[in-house]
Amino acid sequence: MLLNASGCLDALTAPDVARGLDAFVTKTVTPEPRDGNTPVRIAETDVGMLNSIGLANPGIDRFLTRSLPALAKLGVPIWVSVGGFTADEYAEICSRLDDHAEVAAIELNVSCPNVESPTQGAMEIVASARLATRKPLWAKLSAAVPDLTEVARAAHDAGADGLALINTLRGLALDERTLQPALGPAVGGLSGPALKPVALAAVYACHRATDLPIVGMGGVQTGRDVLEFVAAGARHVALGTVLFADPDAPVRVRAELAAELSARGYADVDDAYATAHAHALSTATT
Amino acid sequence: MRRERRSVVANEKVGPYTLLRVDRGGLEPGIPGQFFMLEAPGRLLPRPMSLCLASAGELAFLIEAIGPGTRAICALEPGDRLAILGPLGNGFRLDVDRPLLVGGGIGVAPFPYLSERLGCPPAVLGFRSDWHAEAAALVPNAEVCVEPRLVTELMAPGQDVLACGPEPMLEAVRRLIPTAQLAWEAPMACGYGACYGCAVEIDGTLKRLCVEGPVLCS
Repeated sequence: MLLNASGCLDALTAPDVARGLDAFVTKTVTPEPRDGNTPVRIAETDVGMLNSIGLANPGIDRFLTRSLPALAKLGVPIWVSVGGFTADEYAEICSRLDDHAEVAAIELNVSCPNVESPTQGAMEIVASARLATRKPLWAKLSAAVPDLTEVARAAHDAGADGLALINTLRGLALDERTLQPALGPAVGGLSGPALKPVALAAVYACHRATDLPIVGMGGVQTGRDVLEFVAAGARHVALGTVLFADPDAPVRVRAELAAELSARGYADVDDAYATAHAHALSTATT
Repeated sequence: MRRERRSVVANEKVGPYTLLRVDRGGLEPGIPGQFFMLEAPGRLLPRPMSLCLASAGELAFLIEAIGPGTRAICALEPGDRLAILGPLGNGFRLDVDRPLLVGGGIGVAPFPYLSERLGCPPAVLGFRSDWHAEAAALVPNAEVCVEPRLVTELMAPGQDVLACGPEPMLEAVRRLIPTAQLAWEAPMACGYGACYGCAVEIDGTLKRLCVEGPVLCS
């Protein structure tokens, strides 16, 4: 299944792009409206980009009354990305989404690098959210931890139904002329091709550590990249920064993926699932 | 919103700037002040450029090479291909009685097309040097000043101002003519409302310039 990474597409301003996906993931919704961070908010780096948007969003009240009804008309399953600063805030939003049939799943953004981290641990947030909703819960994790597999196992134990891997990593770019930070808030989240090996490693490790399904993302540009994430253990793959440069990416990437699968003799994408682990398994058993 | 790979027809130098002409293909020129996202070869993100000229079968963009992306675009040669997305955003309102174009530096980029659509109204253009002021030749009926003279010194009252230029110039224009149409600029990753990167604070509220602008009126 092909999705967008949260914050990389506004389905209401670009509905045709969203319809090219199997599910649309919203920008993170918080309890209160947020204007977001001070501009400048984006900067390109040599092999990626930095953003510091700061979870700009209309807040859950306006999201439910204005955005969600409009999103429901797209005809694409809606995953809502949820953010907050305490476990209770996450739980409150999950509880308010629970009765909305048009919400297919909830992604818990416990790893945004551009706002103050939630005061409670990711696992407390997952556990609180679990009590508040029956919707499928996907925990979006950061790779910037000493042992991601520990966090993945804890997310599983706390009731997550899946993992979204990975969020951006904190980075800094300096203006080439002034040598001052290119972004208003100085640091931001690094995305794009620079992230791909980190993201692949995260998917690979978490696939081995848990049996949770994984949405893999980070630097996906082509159908070949999608295939690599699937081979590493992702059931679903999300497009992020590539959507900024190429709104036709969903259509293009699908075509490239089909060609890659066919060229390699795979019947379908499931046939390629977790194949990168075959070698490790055979090594372990011999 | 249409994206096509088009060919460069010509790369002409205009003072320090580059006028890049590409074949139009199925792309519409749109309304003056709207912009296109131009692929920057070898870079991750495209760059937003307002349309400068819409000659038959062509789209032309006036570009200042200020970083790796614009340098890559300015280095394109005839026959090279690049992806172009657009037209995007909101352009100038053209239903004005006494138009005056007010531009500064590379901000004159949308004026040749705008001037053509408005029937060559008067323009006042400011530049930092005589070399930069060579771009004024693209705009008919233009009065030019070079720093330290400021373009606001050339503005007469009672006109419908359409302005594009650096932020301090736009702020100064707005102080003189609060109803002026102003074309703003911000770094953009996508140009179509996806990234929220181009939000700028105007009158205390944050606006996504790509979908709410780049031309904003008070």
